[in-house]
Amino acid sequence: MLLIDCPWCGTRDQREFTYGGDAAVKRPADPAAVSDKEWHDYVYIRVNPRGSHVELWHHNAGCRRWFKLRRDVVTHEMQGSAPIGSELEPPLPIAGRPGKP
Amino acid sequence: MSQLFRMAPGGAWAGLIDRSREIRFSFDGRTLRGHPGDTLASALLANGVRLVGRSFKYHRPRGIVGVGAEEPNALIQLRRGERTEPNVRATQIELHDGLEAESQNRWPSLGFDLGAVNSALSGLFPAGFYYKTFMWPASWWMFYETFIRRVAGMGKTATAADPDHYEHMHVHCDVLVVGGGPAGLMAARAAGRWGARVIVCDEGAALGGSVLGERLFIDGKPAPDWVRETEAELAAMPEVRLLARTTAFGYYDQNMVTLVERVADHVLMPGHHQPRQRLWLVRARRVVLATGAIERPIVFADNDRPGVMLASAARAYANRYAVIPGKRVVLFTCNDGAYATALDLADAGVDVAGIVDTRPDPTGPLPARARAAGLAIHAGHAVALAHGGKALSGVEIMALDGDRLTGSSRPLHCDVLAVSGGWNPAVHLFSQAQGKLRFDDILGSFVPDRAAQAVHVAGSAAGHFALGQCLAEGARAGADAARLAGFGDGTPPATPATSEDAPAPHRTLWAIPPIEPGKGKRFVDVQNDVTAEDVALAAREGYRSVEHLKRYTTLGMGTDQGKTSNITGLAILSGIVGEPIPKVGTTTFRAPYTPVTFGTLVGPEVGEHLDPIRHSAMHPWHVKAGAQFVNAGLWKRAQLYRRPGETEQQAIDREVLNTREKVGIVDVSTLGKIDIQGPDAVEFLNRVYTNAWSKLEIGRGRYGIMLREDGMVFDDGTTTRLGPNHFLMTTTTANAVRVMAWLEYWLQVQWPDLKVYVASVTEQWAAAALAGPLARLVLADAVEGLDVSNEALPFMGYATAHIAGIPVRVFRISFSGELGFEVNVAADHGMTVWEALMKAGEKHGIMPYGTEALGVLRIEKGHFVVGPEADGRTTADDLGLSGLVSKTKDFIGKRSLTRPALLAPDRLQLVGLMPLDKKDEIVRGCQLVADGPGSGRGARPPVPMEGVVTSNCYSATLGCWIALALVKAGRKRHGETLHAQSPLTGRSVPVKIVPNVFIDPEGARLRV
Ligand SMILES: [Zn+2]
Repeated sequence: MLLIDCPWCGTRDQREFTYGGDAAVKRPADPAAVSDKEWHDYVYIRVNPRGSHVELWHHNAGCRRWFKLRRDVVTHEMQGSAPIGSELEPPLPIAGRPGKP
Repeated sequence: MSQLFRMAPGGAWAGLIDRSREIRFSFDGRTLRGHPGDTLASALLANGVRLVGRSFKYHRPRGIVGVGAEEPNALIQLRRGERTEPNVRATQIELHDGLEAESQNRWPSLGFDLGAVNSALSGLFPAGFYYKTFMWPASWWMFYETFIRRVAGMGKTATAADPDHYEHMHVHCDVLVVGGGPAGLMAARAAGRWGARVIVCDEGAALGGSVLGERLFIDGKPAPDWVRETEAELAAMPEVRLLARTTAFGYYDQNMVTLVERVADHVLMPGHHQPRQRLWLVRARRVVLATGAIERPIVFADNDRPGVMLASAARAYANRYAVIPGKRVVLFTCNDGAYATALDLADAGVDVAGIVDTRPDPTGPLPARARAAGLAIHAGHAVALAHGGKALSGVEIMALDGDRLTGSSRPLHCDVLAVSGGWNPAVHLFSQAQGKLRFDDILGSFVPDRAAQAVHVAGSAAGHFALGQCLAEGARAGADAARLAGFGDGTPPATPATSEDAPAPHRTLWAIPPIEPGKGKRFVDVQNDVTAEDVALAAREGYRSVEHLKRYTTLGMGTDQGKTSNITGLAILSGIVGEPIPKVGTTTFRAPYTPVTFGTLVGPEVGEHLDPIRHSAMHPWHVKAGAQFVNAGLWKRAQLYRRPGETEQQAIDREVLNTREKVGIVDVSTLGKIDIQGPDAVEFLNRVYTNAWSKLEIGRGRYGIMLREDGMVFDDGTTTRLGPNHFLMTTTTANAVRVMAWLEYWLQVQWPDLKVYVASVTEQWAAAALAGPLARLVLADAVEGLDVSNEALPFMGYATAHIAGIPVRVFRISFSGELGFEVNVAADHGMTVWEALMKAGEKHGIMPYGTEALGVLRIEKGHFVVGPEADGRTTADDLGLSGLVSKTKDFIGKRSLTRPALLAPDRLQLVGLMPLDKKDEIVRGCQLVADGPGSGRGARPPVPMEGVVTSNCYSATLGCWIALALVKAGRKRHGETLHAQSPLTGRSVPVKIVPNVFIDPEGARLRV
């Protein structure tokens, strides 16, 4: 069970949240202007990086805000969260991360 | 006579049992006696019971091996009837009055077991036996399963509902200490003194861990006394919580550790309102793992005879439980561990027949003390074979030359062989927490290396087994943990002095070769009957990774999860494949550490508490009216209102016909309702719905469908314009929550520039729908201040009014295809308004109808619903709704609609089905296949699928079964005959494709 930092409510239990996919996916500004291939990639293709990853989460049992969460999908380490529209800091190098004994 | 193996009272080390009280219990129907403080295992040994079970595969007689969680053999069927529990380790069952225990895996009795014939036929049970034997044909599997179950039978589960209840506790703490042994107690003391919130848990009945079974002194007093004093000091600290009988079994992300507390397993029955077990979900800032170590055996021929046990267990039975494990004991060791056992047992009056030590020249204080006590030491020797059947009668020992046996064998008579092959740190939780392990060549074991969470490991769990080291490391870890959690400066308390002798180096040794090939069985995993030969066979057959080895041989796959066998098996494999142990790998440790009952995991979330239940405001009315309810998500919806003497079908037919002919009323409060406001509300609706909303007038509603980005239909419903910038959207019951999150996603993530607010108001409004030709009359009688004529309130019109003096919203919409009105009212007044409508409808013959009739009405009208028809693969055009798809504006999912696959001519399209023979029932889920040779009943596969039946019902209006279906290019095939083939029943029904709207296709009834 993860602890997730909602930028509005603070650290809360995972059960209050819903995962919303890769935050890096960009919707084409004008869908009519893109090729079938570009649209297909936007709808269906997701990268599955090993390591740090920025995700969308929805605090559905809380403030009902969508936000960005940087998470290491290998270690499950939380690396910061931010409201939609603000940038997330890149992850710290391993040695400087909090929570490591 | 009883308790012949109980040591006499008196002396400095008389055990930690209460001899003043006697406990009566039964084992396999025999009444036996023990004392408070006993476990079932110690009490059985006290009574001379050696044979406690039969092995899984060969049904070989088995005895007690360990003293705690590691026990692989003594698995017990505990209690009877509804409270019975299989596979409980006798070593962890606290003895109590009236305890009933049965051995497992034997038939007809433990002493005479027919399955033991497997032992004689053991050549038929090689490694991978199940894979090799139980394969094809598939039709034999039924037979295989019966066979496996009868022969294997690992105990029985209760067949009645569990009468006990279970609790869940969610807690936060600064320092969680797992293990209440010397290291854990010192850690708790260190952290507790700095004021940190500390939880200490230990799986034992009392804190203290392994020192309760040792003759050691801490701080000048016997270790058990030091434990009691330390425990009292901790209990007096307000922020420290001590949990005995509590096993930490799972370590999850961000320092969440799950514990199971056995609240009432040590008594016959839980007290009134007392849970049997309690699950603790602990979120700790820091965790100290002081989980100790598990002694490992040495593999040799017939090492499974009852009486072969771990040296630490033999010692603990004597020291803690005052039980001598046998009359004459031989020790077999590669380290100093067995010497303490020999000395303690000799002091307790047991005849020590010899210490067989694989080390050529054992030196150091402990061997010296053994020599001084006159004990025979067979240095450079090994036990090569055990004798005996249901009990050990002796062993053969031989000299060792390196790893090989040499010379001739010599018998030693004994009824107990106490074995020590060294120690494996209990790294299970550390590894579960994603910590990396390192193989320590000196210890011959895996030890914690790099932690991945905020965790400290202290004492034996870290591979530091000396008592003084355990105490010092525990103190250090506790102080560090407290400091990192924000308490104190990291200064640990002083380490108390200990009496322990420094151990001499041990010699890592895993298995003794057989005296001659095939002589005796060398068990690695006694619970799953996996031998060293099985490991070798698996390696020869190419299973060279330990993960493959495990699955192929079932090594370590039993209820003990290989606590005494995994590493030994790994080491043997490593020797065979000629790769170092760390390269062969260690298996992943997974929760739970010891088995946890489902009752504990589920906790109080059973029966009515499984999920929250949602009731509409009119629920009590439906109950009184005798409704039968159905679950719709979390909602309870009235399914039908059966009258006395009616069948379900008769009730549904009556409700349908009454609605078609007179007037019906249905509770539609469960539909999702979303209030949408803001200057950009129209633009927002234009983007989320496929149709256009700009021209919708205030006071009018419109039906709309939403797509996902892949172009498939997501949800549908009506949205009504209440004001210039104010709309009320309805969604399907099933999708209400999803649509809300979906709208929030688009507003917050994709279109933050749109000035729109959305709010779920599903619970705020109760809703009742009137439907039928007489609906207007009913509404007119009930409503105040509203002209309900077709001119004033046309189809899809909206108005506000009062009913019974309460403000209501009236929407002229219809799902049934009849003249319809939906009345929304603040939920608190739902019942009043419902009753007012019922009263007004009385003289018009109003009847309530449930979801069954609702379903019939909608199938008769050919409406799709999300799920059966809109199954995530259907487009608006597939459903015949391309008229609702705007060509001019953009909306979510539009771009996908021109992808080639979505324009394919043979897409499945929504149609209606009628049976050719009116008596036939069309079953939902049927495959539709074409008419003609090579198809239909009796055809040989493959038969091309033409479509699938998505919804069906008996239509009282039409007097036959009808169905909706998705059929390839279905709209062009009206009039064609297909066969509805049910693979489940083997029945095939000829059906005709018809338009999906069965009743009033022009929609005239809606507009009267
Ligand atoms: Zn929040």
